[in-house]
Amino acid sequence: MKRADALSVIYAELEPCVVVTIMGAVAAELHALGHRPNFFYLEHAMGLASSMGLGIALSRPELTVVVLDGDGSILMNLGSLTTMARYRPPNLIHVVFDNEVLLSVGQSFTTATACGSDIAAMAAAAGIPRTSTVHTVEAFQQAFCEALQAGELTTLVAKVTAQGPTSYFIDVHMLENRFAFQRYLTSPRPPAGSG
Amino acid sequence: MPVSTAHSQLIYTALKQCGVRLLSALPETWLVHLVALGEADPDMTLVRLAKEEEGVGISAGAHLAGVKSAMLMQNHGLLASANGIVSLAQLYRIPLLMLVSYRGEFGEEHPWQTEGGGATEPLLQALRIPYERLEAPDHVAPRILKAQALAEASLRPVALLLCRDLMWEDEV
Repeated sequence: MKRADALSVIYAELEPCVVVTIMGAVAAELHALGHRPNFFYLEHAMGLASSMGLGIALSRPELTVVVLDGDGSILMNLGSLTTMARYRPPNLIHVVFDNEVLLSVGQSFTTATACGSDIAAMAAAAGIPRTSTVHTVEAFQQAFCEALQAGELTTLVAKVTAQGPTSYFIDVHMLENRFAFQRYLTSPRPPAGSG
Repeated sequence: MPVSTAHSQLIYTALKQCGVRLLSALPETWLVHLVALGEADPDMTLVRLAKEEEGVGISAGAHLAGVKSAMLMQNHGLLASANGIVSLAQLYRIPLLMLVSYRGEFGEEHPWQTEGGGATEPLLQALRIPYERLEAPDHVAPRILKAQALAEASLRPVALLLCRDLMWEDEV
């Protein structure tokens, strides 16, 4: 499965959600589908996207928060799996795109998931109540929609090919993104989206 | 326990005065009363961390979502959080209120705490983080409130160093 295809099949579902992505390919590919003010691209601070998502989910239980993480990023902050599991916000969906490599620095530096480390199993062992690993776009779409319906903390690992976008350019400055995202979150009437 | 209960209460009251509703913490001895106060407070979300840097992400999320937060950690936790502070809180202009127990100064009896003491203020200076020391009870409320005011106005991290003379009641 290509990550870009996986993103495209859940793009419509993301409209009413609060979305935090990691940097690089995930951010660029989501942005390429069409930027929205409820999307925040964490362009640095590898590992902290899941922590940010947890902070938002705990602060705003009425919102559904989707974190779009990666194998390299979550491996930098495995403790976050235990912290998410401990507080278990039912409004948090943690998606991990696992391409088994640190893609933005080339194809050569594989992560430990290329050698058998299993992120969904680690998430389950950390205590996250719903976990799964999917290998096809169809299975990903179904698992993501089920997670939205479930109303329970979920880590969904999507095994994707190590293939990035042709361009990593994002036509939204980091601070522009940050302030617009904050405004979206704190506006007196939070946008209800299409749902 | 010679950790000051009264001074911990003063600090907690000042955090409440600042409007803090989420406290992320990785406790050490000096912080046990503060963590317990957070735990007992139904209006406070206490997040017990596995590693301090997570707290930077959690506070950033809380801030963008409209909730005031603070981090409670030891100075060694500050050292462990340096990249998150730079690459998230500073890069994205997040007002991060950090309360840091300052181990390794004069009076420190534990050899393993001593290296961190010498690195703490130089690190804060290198990161251009405004900070003040809380050494006496009359420092607590005004300095915490002013630190929060600067954090909110500048949209940058600030630190308060919880010093031995405030936190620890040496047995005489």
